[in-house]
Amino acid sequence: MNSTIRTDIQEGIAMRNMSRYVCLFIAFTVVVLAGTAHAGEVLDAVVARDSVRCGVSTGLAGFAIADSTGNWTGLDADYCRALAAAVLGDGAKVTYVPLSPQQRFTALQAGEVDLLSRNTTWTLTRDASLGLVFAGVTFYDGQGFMVPKDLGVQSAEELDGAEVCVLTGTTTELNLADYFRANGMNFKPVVFESLEESVTAFLNGRCQVYTTDRSGLAAILASDAPNPDDYVILPETISKEPLGPVVRRGDDAWFTIVKWMVYALIEAEEKGVTQANVAAMMDSQDPVIQRLLGTSGDMGQKLGLSNAWAVQAIQAVGNYGEIYDRNVIPIGLPRVGSNRLWTNGGLMYAMPLR
Amino acid sequence: MAAAPAPPRLGAVAWLRANLFSNWSNTVLTLLGLFLLVRALPPLFDWGVAHAVWGAADPDVCKAASGACWAMIHEKYRLILFGRYPYAEQWRPLLGLVLLVVMIGLSCNRNAWGLRLAEAWGAALAAWLLLMWGGVAGLTFVPNNLWGGLPLTLILTVIGLAIAFPLSIFLALGRRSRMPVIRILCRVYIELIRGVPLISLLFMASFMLPLFLPTGVSIDEVLRAQVAIILFSAAYLAEAVRGGLQAIPKGQHEAAHALGLSYWQAQRKIILPQAIAVAIPAIVNIFIGLFKDTSLVAIVSLTDLLLAMRQAIADPQWRRFFVEGYVFIALIYFVVCFFMSKYSQYLETQFRSGQQR
Repeated sequence: MNSTIRTDIQEGIAMRNMSRYVCLFIAFTVVVLAGTAHAGEVLDAVVARDSVRCGVSTGLAGFAIADSTGNWTGLDADYCRALAAAVLGDGAKVTYVPLSPQQRFTALQAGEVDLLSRNTTWTLTRDASLGLVFAGVTFYDGQGFMVPKDLGVQSAEELDGAEVCVLTGTTTELNLADYFRANGMNFKPVVFESLEESVTAFLNGRCQVYTTDRSGLAAILASDAPNPDDYVILPETISKEPLGPVVRRGDDAWFTIVKWMVYALIEAEEKGVTQANVAAMMDSQDPVIQRLLGTSGDMGQKLGLSNAWAVQAIQAVGNYGEIYDRNVIPIGLPRVGSNRLWTNGGLMYAMPLR
Repeated sequence: MAAAPAPPRLGAVAWLRANLFSNWSNTVLTLLGLFLLVRALPPLFDWGVAHAVWGAADPDVCKAASGACWAMIHEKYRLILFGRYPYAEQWRPLLGLVLLVVMIGLSCNRNAWGLRLAEAWGAALAAWLLLMWGGVAGLTFVPNNLWGGLPLTLILTVIGLAIAFPLSIFLALGRRSRMPVIRILCRVYIELIRGVPLISLLFMASFMLPLFLPTGVSIDEVLRAQVAIILFSAAYLAEAVRGGLQAIPKGQHEAAHALGLSYWQAQRKIILPQAIAVAIPAIVNIFIGLFKDTSLVAIVSLTDLLLAMRQAIADPQWRRFFVEGYVFIALIYFVVCFFMSKYSQYLETQFRSGQQR
């Protein structure tokens, strides 16, 4: 049940003994919430409230984190901003609800938030049995390993018998065990409750290997390691962690809006529409851009929004690439691999807006 | 033969002898303690003061320094103290804190206790909440999901106690009542609540309750946690008060009865003042415990002092300096708890002098 309480490990809140509670609660919710909500209900509520209630992480650098003045920044937070701009015309009309890993699904099911934009891994169990539905992928993550360079290890297959620092109560721990078992190797887990503790232990040589999501590893290299060149991230990625927004089941209109918001941001990047040039692009002769920006066709209206929905979103936060560069690059994660556009060999692919 | 001179009875040497070196085991412990202090203090001083980075500084400066990075606190103290309360409006929670400190200062004087003070507290709490919420008199409205840090911790504690304490007195009286229904109800309530940890009550309030409400209807999250805290502390306080009630000799009840006082008159004028005086150490204990327990609301994602600090150190630039963050909030917790415990000692001597007269 607590299958992929994934990148949340970075908050160090995941607690093993609580997962039992969570199971119980979720089991309850599935029963209680079979078939609530009819179409358009969430959108109506959002418009009436004049604010999108967005469930975010309680603090994860690059995705959702309160800066020194208390403003939310990060990729997940910016997605909420884009959605608020598209639906309500103002990116500031977001009520951020920080949620712990244990809380997030119940909060969504109970209608306390309109969506989760909270580094949540898309899995079959969650999609099929929790009364909720994933609307897309905004970030492809995966679990990796980091070792000190002077260990001389080139590949995770050489890690037999290693002491591995890992956060407890997460699927990081399970993936780790799966990987070593599948490769017929032994390892000694050194488990920790909080991120700071585990990182300090690794940097002080308490264990030879550190494992978490690659985004987390990059952040550790960039901000915690006294000398980043002393460590290497091994090439293997041992799990798939597609992260994206989640909505409640039963309101297809809202689901569609949330889904196409993701696509619109990606499409904007593909077509070179940026925060800076979106006004100029309104005059573009490219029919794809015209449809995206609402200068021809009625894509917005089909979603139940104004035709300027994508323009408003791009004006608020920029396209997907800009969101990524602004939030994820600074934590030390260059845009490589799956997170690039499909035209650059990545997996970021927008369905046609027509 | 002249006898050896009597050991000195006054002065530093005498004090040392009497207190630290009175026999061999004490001597060993004293020396061991001194040794540990000598070993621990200089590095601690170096880390915390001598080699520390003070004032505003870049994280890279801190990275290079061998000591503590108080620059992290300098950078983040407003986030830690006030959470995500709108930056420009943070004078409001600050003013609220000042108001609270003034009220506590006033209440320390026992002579001021009375109906007046209770009214003043009511007014102060109302003013405090008004200040936090705003929406009137030109103050912008700040929904309580943005409240955080020290004000939230103190609101949960102070309002929790202000409501739980009177409630606990009724529960304690109810548990000793001669009416079976009331007695059983109070008993069931107290035992039920005492049988579960606070964290599970918070879980219930935060996770289960919303599921039983229709979609869209939701009770304010701070309020849910507040109610859980009130219900929890009322049960514990009730047992402390009951301890006090049981310490009152039967003669007091009978004397009150003989004077023709009704049940409530007797409780109010004779029994409760004595009972609560007896129970003060236990009650203050629970107060202190509750103040620290409020940090559990971080589990249900309310940004109390602890979670606000965690949010501050989630910033990758500064998260190397998490120890400094924990030291900072530990100091805040210590100051408040130390004050409470010292004040309860003072109250105890006050009440004892009354009994000895």
